[in-house]
Amino acid sequence: MDDTGSKVGMQRNVQMVLRVNGEDCDVSFAPYKTLLEVLREDLDLTGTKHGCELGECGACAVQVDGAPVLSCIVLAVECEGAEIETVEGLARGATLHPLQAAFADLGGAQCGYCTPGILMTAKALLDAEPDPSRERIREAISGNLCRCTGYQQICESIEAAACEMRAEGSDAKVNSRGKA
Amino acid sequence: MSARDRFDVIGKARRRVDGRAKVTGHTRFADDIVLPRMVHAKILRSPHPHARIISIDTSRAAAAPGVHLVLTGRDFPVTFGILPVSLDEYPLAPERVRYVGDPVAAVVARDEQTATGALDLIDVEYEVLPTIATPEEALARPDVRIHDYNDHGNIHRNQAFEFGDVDAALAASDHVFEDVFFFEGNTHLPIEQHAAVGAVDGEGKLTLWSSTQVPHYVQRQMARVLAVPDAHIRIIACPNGGGFGGKTDICNHEAVVLKAAQMLGRPVKICLNREEVFYLHRGRHPVLMKFRTGVANDGSITGMHLQTLLDGGAYGSYGAASTFYTGALQTVTYEIPRYKFEACRMFTNKPACGPKRGHGTPQPRFGQEIQLDKIAEKLHIDPAELRLKIVAKPDTLTANWMRIGTIGLAECIRQVVARSDWTAKHRKLPSGRGVGIACGAYMCGAGLPIYWNRMPHSGVQLLLDRSGQVTVFCGATEIGQGSDDVLAGIVAEVLGIDPYDVRCVTGDTGLTPIDLGSYSSRVTVMMGNAAIQAGERVKAQLAAAVAAELDSIPGRIVFAKGRAFVADDPNKSLSFREAVVAAEVKFGTIGAVGSYSPPKPPARYKGGGVGPSPAYSYTACVVEVDVDAATGWIHVPKIWIAHDIGRALNPVLARGQVEGSVYMGLGEALMEEQVFRRLPPKLSHALVHKMPSMLEYKSPTSLDMPEIDTILVEDPDPNCPFGAKEVGQGPLLPVMPALANAIWDAVGVRIDELPITPEKVLRALALKAEGKTPRVGPASFPDVPYPDPMIVPPPWEGGDGNAVDAPPRRTARPKEPATP
Repeated sequence: MDDTGSKVGMQRNVQMVLRVNGEDCDVSFAPYKTLLEVLREDLDLTGTKHGCELGECGACAVQVDGAPVLSCIVLAVECEGAEIETVEGLARGATLHPLQAAFADLGGAQCGYCTPGILMTAKALLDAEPDPSRERIREAISGNLCRCTGYQQICESIEAAACEMRAEGSDAKVNSRGKA
Repeated sequence: MSARDRFDVIGKARRRVDGRAKVTGHTRFADDIVLPRMVHAKILRSPHPHARIISIDTSRAAAAPGVHLVLTGRDFPVTFGILPVSLDEYPLAPERVRYVGDPVAAVVARDEQTATGALDLIDVEYEVLPTIATPEEALARPDVRIHDYNDHGNIHRNQAFEFGDVDAALAASDHVFEDVFFFEGNTHLPIEQHAAVGAVDGEGKLTLWSSTQVPHYVQRQMARVLAVPDAHIRIIACPNGGGFGGKTDICNHEAVVLKAAQMLGRPVKICLNREEVFYLHRGRHPVLMKFRTGVANDGSITGMHLQTLLDGGAYGSYGAASTFYTGALQTVTYEIPRYKFEACRMFTNKPACGPKRGHGTPQPRFGQEIQLDKIAEKLHIDPAELRLKIVAKPDTLTANWMRIGTIGLAECIRQVVARSDWTAKHRKLPSGRGVGIACGAYMCGAGLPIYWNRMPHSGVQLLLDRSGQVTVFCGATEIGQGSDDVLAGIVAEVLGIDPYDVRCVTGDTGLTPIDLGSYSSRVTVMMGNAAIQAGERVKAQLAAAVAAELDSIPGRIVFAKGRAFVADDPNKSLSFREAVVAAEVKFGTIGAVGSYSPPKPPARYKGGGVGPSPAYSYTACVVEVDVDAATGWIHVPKIWIAHDIGRALNPVLARGQVEGSVYMGLGEALMEEQVFRRLPPKLSHALVHKMPSMLEYKSPTSLDMPEIDTILVEDPDPNCPFGAKEVGQGPLLPVMPALANAIWDAVGVRIDELPITPEKVLRALALKAEGKTPRVGPASFPDVPYPDPMIVPPPWEGGDGNAVDAPPRRTARPKEPATP
């Protein structure tokens, strides 16, 4: 195409390196694009969803430097140098993250559309608080709308994953001590 | 139904077969599809609620850089509609717009940004017409006609039925209760905005990927609108990011991208923005209703007269069916020996209403269950006891000729009463705290298809090969409810294999046998029965081959745990793969089809095609509330709900459907409303959506949800696959009235309309303090010009299912639709 920026209303693309799921991605995009748009349209990471593009529903949540962020109201150009994590980066190879396994097993995902955003929000919570109360979980995901589940099985999934992660964590400590 | 009651897959809590894809971001929704050379469409929508289009000049938009195509109503001479009786929509309006948001033109450009920008370059000249805002206004202004294909003014549908002499029954009753209720409209709000991609394949045929619940109906209507043979159009229903009925209609944008793809010879995508999803709507009809119910001193109902008035919005949509549904299922819950039902749907200049979870039945359910609470209060009967006394009987016909099979409602009531400690709480909690009970019923699929035909409602095809691979094909659509999991689970149970070893190919009119779609809670029963038939046919082939290999007889071969055994000699067995190889050697390629048609409905009168179902599910619900008398704030600490599911195929998913229904019902009860306001006259006086955004359209968050105690009552129904009834819609129905009844118990005020907001509670409490009737709700029911009722004697009054004086009908062939 002829998108060289010469026409009225056209702007030159910016070129930058975004660090996504631990990989440096050299990407070129129009500077008005949101992080959501760049992830989905320029990096083919369509696992991140959108439900409003106004910061109202939480479907687009990703992690930026460990914090849950609504990617639909963040410009991609603001994210240069940050660690961006999306649902595609959750599993380790073929092994699901405990949150993913719990959501799949316990009804945390019905249609699956809000799921990536909730998974990333829940991961940020559990990374910071390994043993959150039900109230803390409800508070943490209160910005993520789900129309399918009524949230109960989502909360149960997060609790089950937290339990699993704590067990893994203590195993890891035992193992590292064992090695030492 | 299988006579077995021990299963390897059925009834086991397990990960859904599509669970992994959903948690890894692999599930490909419509907007996730990216194709080479794909361009993007945006739609220009009317800013006026009612106007004539004088002219459209697209020349500036067409000349804009990056624009490939501009479409207007001139490109679409043919109308469409989901129901054959109301083919009243154009993909783009040719000369008249009927609501703010009605599509007028479309731009296809290299990207969304360019397409959106070019919409501003389309010059449309409108002649603004008077606007109809409400059904009452629509009745009062027949001169302002929104459509001209309907018989009178703005009356879209108008019907009346009388099953036995209700006035006589009421005159002979100990008590007659008369109540008026209003149920405000609300919308589905799926998190996924509707998206579609149209494309032309190498042979010049058309493909449409869409977030639709009904690919088969979309195929039929696209063929009509584009004047292309059905067989040259392939509709692929992508997994829906939530549907709830909001993706069961034919959408303007589907026709736009398919036509554009046809004209440009390249893929065209559209994704609606959230505001547009509010305009597309097709959600819950606002319904005003009046109940006159005769009751004996012991609480039994002697007769009921129900009148409903529906605000249909600007187009027909499913409205003809919705109108019937505001009355058709009123009789399947409790014994009602005589029943009169009048219903009228009006056109107004607002987005079209249609089917939302429960389709037309939650509104009258709300009214009936509150009225029962009032009856119990007056007669000094416990509301749970009253309901137990009048629960409909199994294996009976209703006054309006619906056939009830199994009914687990009494057990549901007993369960929620026991679990909620009802007896210790009702009328006994301190002021401000209360409990309420309500029940509901829903169908497991509509007995008739929405366009008349005598073919199966669901088809399933199985293909097996020497690798041991089992692929199942079905037109049913995964919308989050677990359609694929039901399919794989049933096939796996029949063939004795692991459900994760079954590959599902679903919702693709180019590959899969027809299933009518994911609506009216029909998938489990209809697809499930078809899957059992296909599975049993394949199993018979396998059994014959295995028996020959193992020197036994086919009747002795048992399939379980991935093997085929000789029943009385388990040491003789083949692996499932070896069994398929043996069968392929013996018979050639292995496959089978199965199909399902519902039983013929007993009702033979015109209109009796809406409401029949192979089975009805039942639900009872207790809601507990805390009401703050100072602020009117309503807090719901806990809800108990028992659902008569027949059998839970996968209890994890079944519970999720119940809890999701409770959630959605609670939203409708407390906050959700699709409402409109007029702009001031100086700003066009247009009727606009009050809050077309997710922030302003309030829906419950995780912090608003109470604890839910879900009880699945399992009493297998012989018409259902492994006995399994529906669970996706029925559990929503009792939530709203149970909440209203709990508020009465808590603070002694009646809120006879939805949503029940703190403001309404305060208003009612103020009335109570002034010594007035402590009630907020509609004051009266308007004078609706219903037609003379069709007289149909109930079964116990000598009827045969026909209307009196109607010519006998040899086959039940109603032209009217039967849907969600």
